[in-house]
Amino acid sequence: MSRIGEAIGAPFAPVRTFFRRHRSLGIFVGVLLISIALPLITRVPPFDGIQSTNAWVNAFTTAAIYAMLAMGLNVVIGFAGLLDLGYAAFFALGGYTYAFVASPFTGVHLPFWPMLLAGGVVGAIFGVLLGAPTLRLRGDYLAIVTLGFGEIVPITLMNADKFTDGVNGIGGIDKPNIPGILQFTLTNPWPMYGLVIMLFALIMIMIYRLEDSRLGRTWDAIREDELAAESSGVNTVIAKLQAFAVGASIAGIVGVVNAAKITIVTPDQFRFAVSISALAAVVLGGMGNTIGVATGAFIIYLFQSILLKQLNTLVENFNIPVLNQIDFLEFQYVLYGIVLVLMMLKRPQGIFPAHRRMREFGPLKSAKRGSK
Amino acid sequence: MSAAKGKPMLKARGVTRKFGGLVAVSNVDFEIPRGSISAIIGPNGAGKTTFFNVIAGIYAPTSGTIELDGKPLISPPTGAGREPILLLVPTIPFIGLAIYFLIAIGGDTGLVEGVASVSVALLGFVCALLLNIVRPAWYNRVIKRIGVTRPARPNDMVEAGLARTFQNIRLYKSLTTLENILIGMHVHMRSTFLGALFKSRQVREEEAAAEQRARELLAFVDLSGMENELAKNLPYGKQRLLEIARALASRPKLLLLDEPAAGMNPKETEEMTALIRRIRDELGITILLIEHDMRVVMGISDHITVLDHGEKIAEGLPKAIRTNPKVIEAYLGRGAAAGH
Repeated sequence: MSRIGEAIGAPFAPVRTFFRRHRSLGIFVGVLLISIALPLITRVPPFDGIQSTNAWVNAFTTAAIYAMLAMGLNVVIGFAGLLDLGYAAFFALGGYTYAFVASPFTGVHLPFWPMLLAGGVVGAIFGVLLGAPTLRLRGDYLAIVTLGFGEIVPITLMNADKFTDGVNGIGGIDKPNIPGILQFTLTNPWPMYGLVIMLFALIMIMIYRLEDSRLGRTWDAIREDELAAESSGVNTVIAKLQAFAVGASIAGIVGVVNAAKITIVTPDQFRFAVSISALAAVVLGGMGNTIGVATGAFIIYLFQSILLKQLNTLVENFNIPVLNQIDFLEFQYVLYGIVLVLMMLKRPQGIFPAHRRMREFGPLKSAKRGSK
Repeated sequence: MSAAKGKPMLKARGVTRKFGGLVAVSNVDFEIPRGSISAIIGPNGAGKTTFFNVIAGIYAPTSGTIELDGKPLISPPTGAGREPILLLVPTIPFIGLAIYFLIAIGGDTGLVEGVASVSVALLGFVCALLLNIVRPAWYNRVIKRIGVTRPARPNDMVEAGLARTFQNIRLYKSLTTLENILIGMHVHMRSTFLGALFKSRQVREEEAAAEQRARELLAFVDLSGMENELAKNLPYGKQRLLEIARALASRPKLLLLDEPAAGMNPKETEEMTALIRRIRDELGITILLIEHDMRVVMGISDHITVLDHGEKIAEGLPKAIRTNPKVIEAYLGRGAAAGH
């Protein structure tokens, strides 16, 4: 099997070596090609029968937003080995930051583009705030504290109704625009799609660069053996805070984009389920592998939002007794559970294991069979 | 011979470390002459590894001070009760700014003003928190004036020129040998967060140079050709060598080796002894080792210190230690010493 793969790949060898040397360019071109291919595929049956191309593009945009979240979480969990179950909190803080400065609720209307950066800064600040008291914690204990933080933030946002309008959330958030050239609207998903794809490529390039840098190596060291890392001269305190800050700032930026896309933020959008879906994507894709994690998030999102919806209409159309009483969309959390359990049992390294993790868990079964 | 040259590399004065009621190290005075190979020996549970860990900054001493290369680095922490002030004081200007801001707009706290002033105060708190965690050198100097001192952390000791290996090898097991060494070089690399993001020329050059030096270090401990091997897949003896290479990567002045020859066969032990000598002679690094294998200790040490029950019972040249009745008693018991 691998031989066939090699035969197919042979003509592309020079291309591959070129992109290995210029990885950032490779990521950019790859993301661009996929982002062009995806809408084209939806024009082909059976996909065109499911929903309109615009609805598909909208779904891809949301999927890419989730993929960015998962990539950010992967920095904390996959690189530095810090189990963070409250990741949605930073997503919420980014979203509310933008909602405060660009909605009729406060009457302030700042432009979107600088707020992207501001969302990142707010995320990083809260990342440090969460990271600082939890520096000594490891494993389960850290997971519990972060879980608590993830609950505190939406609950605070819900109860501080003077500032956040409580459960109603803040609506009518400004859409981004490029003055004189392009105005983003709710009906046209394409500009937002383009924006999210660009951001996706940018974040992926940045994460890959960090992973290969001196900082990325300190994260590796901490994940492997913290005491040894300290004795190698790594300031573990700072390195952990940096991991928290980088992960949280990505969530903050994505939160701003998400708020601008759906034009409303409510505390309910940021409950535990968001953290868990990001975690499921990280585990499904393969901890520590940025591209794998992004793909995992894409798969999970499309599965829950397209396939489960399709299952509903299918069952309704055929009018199957009992089954047509069930709303399959409500089963998405069951889906996360099943994904997490199955992955842990059958393939703990994820669908696309990180380079290192693959060696750690030994060669894949299919690869073994292929070589015999 | 080498002891005469200049100040000692490491000077410990009155070092005591207690764990609850147990005194693991008790009032030990200790000096390592520059350029020497020194050894600490003693029966099991004598406090050798605890003493090691105090020197390396892993445990803060209960009392006593340690100087490395003339710099006082480790002393017991003081003024812990005053630490909350450290968080509060730098925040006050920010809170003041927030209040001034609220007064300036006429005391009419609307929604935006409220959120803005709270975030200014929060920003101040985060700055104070970060200062307290990151602890730049000037900050340490300032807090020393109000009586708050903290012992150096292990990474500070590495920066000051100390490197160590562990009794039970602690490599980064699922990283390659090359990556293990690159992490060891961490303290001497200057690339910053932004530099890594934009992959500046300086960062690229530094990475290339680091990789080059890592390969040289692997060659020094005779591990060439194993650059891409995972650390955990190396045989035991080679793992020890890799750990030493990783310690050397931080360009130490003083290298601490915790039982470097433990679990090795006679041939490997001989090679290890030769390597330790080469580290001192070719790289000019002062070495302190803990070792149970007396052939190794007696063969290479210029200077031996004996610990028993946390106390220093003897020190001197190998020949003198071998015949010291106190040492024999510690190892073999009173009867054996008397019969000798």
